[in-house]
Amino acid sequence: MAGGIKKFVVGSFTDEAVLFPAVKNVRKAGYKIHDVYTPFPVHGLDHALGIRETSLHTAGFIYGITGTTTALGFITWILVKDWPLNFGGKPHFSLPAWIPITFELTVLFSAIGMVLTFCYLCTLAPFVKKHHFHQRATDDRFVMAIECTDKTNDAEVQSFLQSTGAQEINVQVAETGWWIGTYDREQKLYKEEKGY
Amino acid sequence: MNHHFEIPGSYKKWTMGLIIVGVIALLYGFIAFHPFEHAGHGANTNSTRFWASLLQNSVYWLLTVNAAMFFICVTTMAMGGWQVSMRRVPEAIASLVPVLGIICFIILMIIVWGGRTDIYHWLDKDAVAADKALSGKSGFLSPWFFTIWSAITIGLWSLLGRKIRTMSLETDKHGTMDFETGKKWVWKNTIWASLFTVFFGLTVASTIPWLWLMSIDPHWYSTMYSWYTFASTFVSGLALIAVFVIYLKNRGQLEYVTDEHLHDLGKFIFAFSIFWAYVWFAQYMLIWYSNQPEETRYFVDRIGTAQQRGAYYGIFMFNLIVNFIFPLLILMKKGTKRNWTIMTFTAVLIVFGHWLDFYQMVMPGTVGDKGELMPFEFGIACLFVGIIMWGVGKTLSKHSMLSKNHPFLKESMIHHT
Repeated sequence: MAGGIKKFVVGSFTDEAVLFPAVKNVRKAGYKIHDVYTPFPVHGLDHALGIRETSLHTAGFIYGITGTTTALGFITWILVKDWPLNFGGKPHFSLPAWIPITFELTVLFSAIGMVLTFCYLCTLAPFVKKHHFHQRATDDRFVMAIECTDKTNDAEVQSFLQSTGAQEINVQVAETGWWIGTYDREQKLYKEEKGY
Repeated sequence: MNHHFEIPGSYKKWTMGLIIVGVIALLYGFIAFHPFEHAGHGANTNSTRFWASLLQNSVYWLLTVNAAMFFICVTTMAMGGWQVSMRRVPEAIASLVPVLGIICFIILMIIVWGGRTDIYHWLDKDAVAADKALSGKSGFLSPWFFTIWSAITIGLWSLLGRKIRTMSLETDKHGTMDFETGKKWVWKNTIWASLFTVFFGLTVASTIPWLWLMSIDPHWYSTMYSWYTFASTFVSGLALIAVFVIYLKNRGQLEYVTDEHLHDLGKFIFAFSIFWAYVWFAQYMLIWYSNQPEETRYFVDRIGTAQQRGAYYGIFMFNLIVNFIFPLLILMKKGTKRNWTIMTFTAVLIVFGHWLDFYQMVMPGTVGDKGELMPFEFGIACLFVGIIMWGVGKTLSKHSMLSKNHPFLKESMIHHT
């Protein structure tokens, strides 16, 4: 659940055209970008951030294959072994008649499996909370969070971020993972715990 | 970057080679198969085989090149922009429609007016008069209706396709379009594209496969048949476009065609391979399920019965594997659709697979269980491939391969899937 409490330098951008070179420069300077939060999907940002291709499709394929085998296996077991019935003189093992069900179960398994996997990967669920670095990331700002280590001089990072064109730069100490609860209370807890 | 296509020597050599192989096969057929000896059904298999093979190839390749024009029209009507950077390639393929149309028309006329009852059983007047089912269809399946409708069809495909090609070439002469001119031009294109599509629906998606192919088995009918033929030829038309695009890109041309465009072509091929399988299944399952003798006849001729396997069992099953299972598994991943080698392989496989599909559609009703896949059949296919290569090369080399003033060109250049 908990990704741990870490320190971040956060800056927000108003323009994609500024954001892309900033991402490039920050990465070139050797800082670790925790994530960039955008109000809408930005084409090519994942490449710029160097995030690997998602494996969601592979998961979907595996779920689909599971659906196919479940359908074929289950129908075969019922209609051939457990309770054979005569349908219009057709053989007990009548593959063409089962194809629609098999298809539907393949789609159902892969669809539901992929949605749940997607929600899991994005930590989307009822009552689950995550730290918001900047509220306007859901409205009109592109928000970049740079992760700090013990050795990072955050004043230096802040001035560097300033030079790339970021606005409203600040330092935040936040939980990286998710939790169940409300935003404000948790925020207070960190402060007490860490002694900031 | 040079947008002019100079036909390379190797291309000419291959074109000539294929045409020569085809002509040799054709001459061999003329000499060995006695094609003009009149034959009843099953009486002279070689003579039947000659015309059946020509019918299969001419119809298949004609519908395939015509599918390239359909591709242009549907993307135009959908306000698609991504295909503009390679639009001249399907245009060049579609320029073959009049050529193959005339060849196909001649073959159909020889079959119909030569009274080839071994190909089209409904040409036999006595048999039709004695047969309630056939006499009921005699208004539709009559030589005159066949001739007139075929002529109108081929003529209109050619004319409408030519109009769309002309509009595309006009943009080369004029300079860059301003917003209003571009809007008008796109609108005009949309109108002509929709006219073509409506006529395409009336022909390829309905009447033409009934007349040219389904009437080989005149007692049998399937409402899925035309869709099936359409799906088959559309996916092979897309594969043909992909093959030419990859070839040209490989020669360092088509500057603005990137992985993204190949990816979209791959998606199209992937989707329509599944669509083909869906229609195949829709046709098969209903007939299998209801089990009516006059309907199952079609499949008994191909795969046989539980007691005895039919002569086309192998081809029938191979057809499913090569046209459905292979594209489904190969093109499922993003990486393979963006891989030029794998796409070439799959596209060639699909063009061949659907040729084989047409083979099993035509042969059982004509030559019976004596169908053969011998050098003669492949030779005739070579002839048509050679003609297509010749036509595409010639059309491409005449004009710039980039429609540089198309209003959506920018959209195609920055296309990102």
